[in-house]
Amino acid sequence: MAQPEDLLFSKEHEWVKLDGDTATIGITDYAQNALGDIVYVELPKVGATIKQFSPVGVIESVKAVSDLFTPLSGEVLAINDALENDPAAVNREPYGGGWLLKLRVADPNEAKTLLPPADYEKIATE
Amino acid sequence: MPTPPSDSRDAGVPLIFELGRRGRANRYLEEGKPLDAFLPRPVLRDELPLPDNSELDVVRHYTKLSQRTFGIDLGFYPLGSCTMKYNPRVNDAIVAVPAFAQLHPFTPDDLAQGALMVMYELERSLSSLFGMAAFSLNPSAGAHAELGALLIAKKYFKERGETLRDKVIVPDTAHGTNPASAAMCGFSVISLPSDERGRVGVAEIRKVLGPDTAVCMMTNPNTLGLFEESIAEIAAAVHEVGGLMYYDGANANAIMGYTRPGDMGFDLMHLNTHKTFTIPHGGGGAGHGPLGVAAHLTEYLPTPVVTREDSMLRLDFDRPKSIGPMRSFWSNFAHAARALAYLYANGAEGLKRVSALAVLNANYVRVKVAEFLETPYAEPCRHEFVASAQTLKREHGVRALDLAKALLDHGYMAPTIYFPLIVPECLMIEPTETESKETLDAFVAALRSIVETAKRDPEALFAAPLTTVVGRVDETRAARQPDLRWRPSAEGAATRIP
Amino acid sequence: MYAPHTERDVASMLETIGVESLDALLRVPDAIALKRKLDIVPALPEYLIARRFENLAAKNAGAEYRSFLGGGAYRHYAPPAIAALAMRGEFLTAYTPYQAEVSQGYLQAIYEWQTYIGLLTGMEIANASVYDGATALAEAAIMALGATQRQKLLVSRAIHPNYRAVLRTYCDGLDVAIEEIPLTASGTSDLDWLAQADLGGYAAVAVQSPNFFGCVDALSPEAAQAIATSGAVPIAVVAEALSLAALAPPGAWGAQLVAGEAQSFGVPVAFGGPYAGFIASAKEHMRRIPGRLVGKTVDASGRTAYVLTLQAREQHIRRERATSNICTNQAHCALIATIYLALMGETGLRNAAALNLARSRELASAVANVPGVRLTYDAPFFNEFVADVGRPASSVLEELQDRGILGGIDLGRFYPELDTCILMTATELTTSGDIEALAAALREVLRAHAAV
Repeated sequence: MAQPEDLLFSKEHEWVKLDGDTATIGITDYAQNALGDIVYVELPKVGATIKQFSPVGVIESVKAVSDLFTPLSGEVLAINDALENDPAAVNREPYGGGWLLKLRVADPNEAKTLLPPADYEKIATE
Repeated sequence: MPTPPSDSRDAGVPLIFELGRRGRANRYLEEGKPLDAFLPRPVLRDELPLPDNSELDVVRHYTKLSQRTFGIDLGFYPLGSCTMKYNPRVNDAIVAVPAFAQLHPFTPDDLAQGALMVMYELERSLSSLFGMAAFSLNPSAGAHAELGALLIAKKYFKERGETLRDKVIVPDTAHGTNPASAAMCGFSVISLPSDERGRVGVAEIRKVLGPDTAVCMMTNPNTLGLFEESIAEIAAAVHEVGGLMYYDGANANAIMGYTRPGDMGFDLMHLNTHKTFTIPHGGGGAGHGPLGVAAHLTEYLPTPVVTREDSMLRLDFDRPKSIGPMRSFWSNFAHAARALAYLYANGAEGLKRVSALAVLNANYVRVKVAEFLETPYAEPCRHEFVASAQTLKREHGVRALDLAKALLDHGYMAPTIYFPLIVPECLMIEPTETESKETLDAFVAALRSIVETAKRDPEALFAAPLTTVVGRVDETRAARQPDLRWRPSAEGAATRIP
Repeated sequence: MYAPHTERDVASMLETIGVESLDALLRVPDAIALKRKLDIVPALPEYLIARRFENLAAKNAGAEYRSFLGGGAYRHYAPPAIAALAMRGEFLTAYTPYQAEVSQGYLQAIYEWQTYIGLLTGMEIANASVYDGATALAEAAIMALGATQRQKLLVSRAIHPNYRAVLRTYCDGLDVAIEEIPLTASGTSDLDWLAQADLGGYAAVAVQSPNFFGCVDALSPEAAQAIATSGAVPIAVVAEALSLAALAPPGAWGAQLVAGEAQSFGVPVAFGGPYAGFIASAKEHMRRIPGRLVGKTVDASGRTAYVLTLQAREQHIRRERATSNICTNQAHCALIATIYLALMGETGLRNAAALNLARSRELASAVANVPGVRLTYDAPFFNEFVADVGRPASSVLEELQDRGILGGIDLGRFYPELDTCILMTATELTTSGDIEALAAALREVLRAHAAV
């Protein structure tokens, strides 16, 4: 599946949508597919300050656990509370209702280390 | 959803909470006064919504549940790494006598000499059998003993002032308990890749060894069922940098009488007596995990230890360097007694034969299975081996899980699947020595026919098992909407049923 | 030897494998090959194994003494129906129910156990059991450390000394500090001290009720609330599970975690194990619970089915980031406890608790009437209490032992200031004859002392 054109990507299969200094973050369609049925998502607390590429949460499927790495540094503005009751949203709509968290971006330059859709496509189809 | 044939499945068994009538009490005891005759009202509880059932109804309920449970007594149980061998009934009989079953843990030593002798004989025998200076019978299970061993390592290094040692090396084939135990002691874990032969290479381990090395945890034979021939060199390399070697004894049933962890260079080890010997697994426990140490670590063993002065045995709690106790009371004593009975049943020669026949059975099944399934490590194994459904999955869409479920329809427990993690679509098969050649032949024939079906008609396997009381269980739903207990209705349990 | 192989089987199997001998199959490098004779117990035929253990059993005279021992292990009546059911081979020889389709019976029994523990403790959820009461406390404390990201614990000094010692063992590994709530003169945790204490920085505050001295020692809802407000997790410890049939459950006063021991529910004291520990929890800590959990779900055609669930918490998936290294649970002991509770029911369980209250009070007044003895504490108790005999407890107990009586636990062993005190226990199995014998012997022993 082609990646949405307005997003940036990390090698750890997270996506970022930038809107001014706010970044919305989720995991890619490839990632949700590889994990299988997601049953639980553990997210950082609102207000927490997080650092680029550090583990900030955990995504659990029935028989696997994977760390959620933040693609950018910043302060957590919001988390997707709806996932607590409906973690399947990450499987259904990884780029929509399955978003994970919103950040106030600390350093806009960090975005330059992320991948454009075409480059991520190569990683995901390898 | 396809509906499976209904004849093999029943409507299920209601929960015990959905049965009974209030006041249907069994007269086990005489009737006492009401509770508020003894304690002030505010400290008492208001309700206790447990069902009252007649003994007959309880007997029928749990008999039905037993009939919906597969155990070794019903059939072959080739669950790799778990050593599901026959459990001799004499072991259960000897611990059921009141002089053991009704012996209180705070009984003074001089009135519990028989129990202490059980512990003492087992401890001495284990030390000789595995080449350790001493064992503690304190830990409750293998993972518990792992934790104890790492606590010993931590304390040992601390007392030597070597506090920079914070790394525990664990091969990628290791049991998940190894890294989890390390984390519980504040160690960080280095995962070591195994080589193409499924072993830890001496050169590979040297790359990660250093002044920060605390412990290297290894299983031998490893979880692929392969013997680590370089173990003495690995141990020497670890000792050279001042680290300790830990033997995960989960597979010790493959080496008895042939080699010993102590002789391989291990400083610490655990044993799962419920695997190596014959203690009933009981649905997942209780276990029993003796913890062995070399001479330089005996002072650190958990308390208490059984000591002998002349003919008097006693529990020694006064051990200043000990890491302390790991459980409420001294040992899973009833299991220690079962383990000792098993040692008496075998003796040294018998135990050697146990290991030999366990390895014989595994290799026999391995060469037969290799005729129709991949076996990634094509060489003699020890007590267990791994096969892989990787090609079946690629060519026919049939996974290890599907083979496992189909085996259930043939009346066998499935092998361990998806472990070790390094073999894709892994099936880990451990027949144990108590199974006959006929049983092994029948199992191989069943697996062969399943693999043939997989190639011919893969769809037929996706619905398996068909003959069990329920079909494949929706694990995703269980995890997304956890329902972990029954709840009384608003009116309360016992009153709900008229 | 329990292997079925004939020599012919062995030969034909070796031929199939293509190896000349068993020893060739098991060969190890010469440097590590076993060359010495092993010093282990000798092989015996089965009837002599049975005889050997009969001889050993005969050396456990303590099992036949009149006993007033408790302190975390209790002799209660266990109907024979329990063993008849639990010792069925299907239960006894099953392993952890990884293959749910052929393990529905055991899974359902564990789901029933989780429900029983939930109902008894007044908590949302319970796990499929842990090793025992002491490790339940340690694991509950670790849950609290993870939930709060704090590094010290506050525990009552009236918690079972063995439980506190085990907690210390675990905490040494994690570099966690343990501080203690002092005792009142009544034998309970000092709640006034607690109300004044600065609770900031504790991951958990733990109390036990009934406590090690037998005294009812629950927190008030207000105290539990204050602990929760400070950010710490209130933990309740239950070492005598039968008390839950009588006393207000920890869930009622606001415990977020309950760590307990279910040995009282039909599991033999067996010189210390195996027993069945449990952890019950409020919903908010569900994902931190260690060990197995059984959940109810459906199968592919919608039938009710049970399965191990939330496994992503566990060591076999999460490895070094697991909530615990626990793998084994105490399933078989939990099964025994479940069957016990089913047989007793509400009516039977409450009655058993009432009989424990009655017999322990009969014992307390008999002992208190012996000249030189006084009851140390005045707080309400369940089935055990502390008697001060005014002399070193260890020597008094030895003299009672000479008269065929195990009079209780010498508290000086755990609390140096209580070295003249004995913890005495009476259950529904304690007879009036036992009580009269103890009182008479105690009178005799103390009179002899007074005469010296």
